[in-house]
Amino acid sequence: MEPTPLTDALMDRAAPAVAADRPPLLEARDISKYFGAVVAIEGVSLTVRAGQVTCLLGDNGAGKSTLIKTLSGVYQPDKGTLAVDGDPVRFSSPRDALDAGIATVYQDLSVMPLMTITRNFFLGNEPTTGFGPFKRFDLGRAAGIAREEMHRIGIDVRDTDQAVGTLSGGERQTLAIARAEYFGARVLILDEPTSALGVKQSAIVLRHIIAARNRGLGVIFITHNVSHALPIGDTFTILSRGRTGGQFRRGEVDADTLHGQMGGGDELNELTRELEALATTPTAPPASPSAAPPAPN
Amino acid sequence: MATTTTATPAAPGSDRLRQLSVTQRFLARPAAGALLIVIFVWIVFAVLSLTRGNGAFLGLAGALNYLDVASQVGILATAVALLMIAGEFDLSIGSMVGFAGIVIGIGVTIWGLPLWLSIILAMAVTTVLGVCNGIIVVRTGLPSFIVTLATLFIIRGASSVLTSSVTNITYIPIDPQTIAGDPLGAIFGWDLPIETGGGATTSIQVSIVFWVLIAIAGIYVLGRTRFGNWIAGAGGSASAARNLGVPVARVKISLFAMTALSAAVLASIQSARFASADVLRGTGFELDAITTAVIGGCLLTGGYGSVAGALLGALALGMARQGIVFANINADWYQIAIGTLLLVAVVLNNWIRRRFAGLS
Repeated sequence: MEPTPLTDALMDRAAPAVAADRPPLLEARDISKYFGAVVAIEGVSLTVRAGQVTCLLGDNGAGKSTLIKTLSGVYQPDKGTLAVDGDPVRFSSPRDALDAGIATVYQDLSVMPLMTITRNFFLGNEPTTGFGPFKRFDLGRAAGIAREEMHRIGIDVRDTDQAVGTLSGGERQTLAIARAEYFGARVLILDEPTSALGVKQSAIVLRHIIAARNRGLGVIFITHNVSHALPIGDTFTILSRGRTGGQFRRGEVDADTLHGQMGGGDELNELTRELEALATTPTAPPASPSAAPPAPN
Repeated sequence: MATTTTATPAAPGSDRLRQLSVTQRFLARPAAGALLIVIFVWIVFAVLSLTRGNGAFLGLAGALNYLDVASQVGILATAVALLMIAGEFDLSIGSMVGFAGIVIGIGVTIWGLPLWLSIILAMAVTTVLGVCNGIIVVRTGLPSFIVTLATLFIIRGASSVLTSSVTNITYIPIDPQTIAGDPLGAIFGWDLPIETGGGATTSIQVSIVFWVLIAIAGIYVLGRTRFGNWIAGAGGSASAARNLGVPVARVKISLFAMTALSAAVLASIQSARFASADVLRGTGFELDAITTAVIGGCLLTGGYGSVAGALLGALALGMARQGIVFANINADWYQIAIGTLLLVAVVLNNWIRRRFAGLS
């Protein structure tokens, strides 16, 4: 099956009924986290509603990782509160967040390349059969479910006994997302899922994010790639030097504004000018061998 | 490998998949390399035994001989392989064999305990040592290679100190009558004499039975239980496994305990068979056990491996050690043979993994 181009997939997006009056699935209010004297994040707020993609944008070191680790229970905030369905919560471990339906997919730490698809899919949640000492991993059932789920997300595996290492990067991310969803996630936190991927592989992942959103999940999509965030985001939160740099809705913002807010705008403009100047500088015709500088010895 | 790759063109637009032949499917298993090694070693020593010796390597007596030698390290190999798949090493296992034997010897001769109680005591104490190894590794986050190297020295030294303080020698004889009349002594000292023709007799040693039973249990645990899946997950990436809710620390500590327990089982068998305990027993077994696991396809970095492979690795080691004797070759060649075998196995396993399992 020829994969539909990303833009086509975006045209398909049926606007999901977002009940604005219902409390958000997950809300962070004025979260601060300090590491000794270092202010990692200060007064950051973020809201995720069912059926929405919240994009979290920021340059390296902006505090994106700290924020998502706080949302997923790895860190406890020093100030501010987290709320699930409007009720304040406190996660003391990633397990607590998982139990509340908040699943985090880390870029390269989500699957074991040397284990089979089935074993990866059910790692930590293996179905069992039998009683007492004869209780065993129900591999037959697991393989059936894994095959079905992989098929549903559009990865055509003939054999779920093949190692995950044989899948492409985009497919691995998709597998991790499908697994989180299968095990009851209502909020998906995706940490830079496309940053190590090529264009086609990124499209696989982005298409799957839209599909998850259309099924009513809340998605937090962390990226520093504005062109990945703009087409699929419903809201955009920009982190800059540990603080909220701006919050926008879909349609209110364009790529230049986002770049500017990320703190890279001025530098990027300067870089653009510099590169343009270099490109337009007349150079000696490369065909002439005499013009070539002597090769350094 | 003369296997021709039957690559079918990828379905358009979909992922690139190809049909795999039965040979390729077999070679994608982690134990495939070990099986090839075993066949290769058997052929080499069968030929050497026929040309330089009397060909006894090929007969039943020869087989039982190398199976016995293979079973000694093989009893340790299952637990060592599982531990390696979980991403850890235990270098102290050899010293634990000596230590457990000394506990049995002192229990029977000095404290006057019945042999069965001494054996249970030795197993309990050794398992506790294994748990200590595990807790130190998990809590400090230090490489288990370093931690268990330290405990190797400590346990070996403690065995010597303990023995010489009670007996003044590093060797404790146990009365064979005690062993024969004891329920556990009878099990660990059991053997089945069999005729091998021409009036010659040999016997099936109980160590062979233990080796195979432990390996079958290990294959079942790794392949068919939740715990087995956690072992591979913990070794693949401890942090990712933890994020998915796998109790990584508990998995690793249990495996260190099992490794120690298997050392105590081997010590019980040796004490019953030789009617003695010796501080130096098990010296070098830690490296032999790691060698069998690596020949068996376990990755040193964890996350990948096979118990069946470790069983075959032990078999290859036993065949090489006794094959040299059957071929009338100076036994000093054994280490050269094992070193070469290890190198060949690692290169072969790497190649197979890349070529047939599609993993780099």
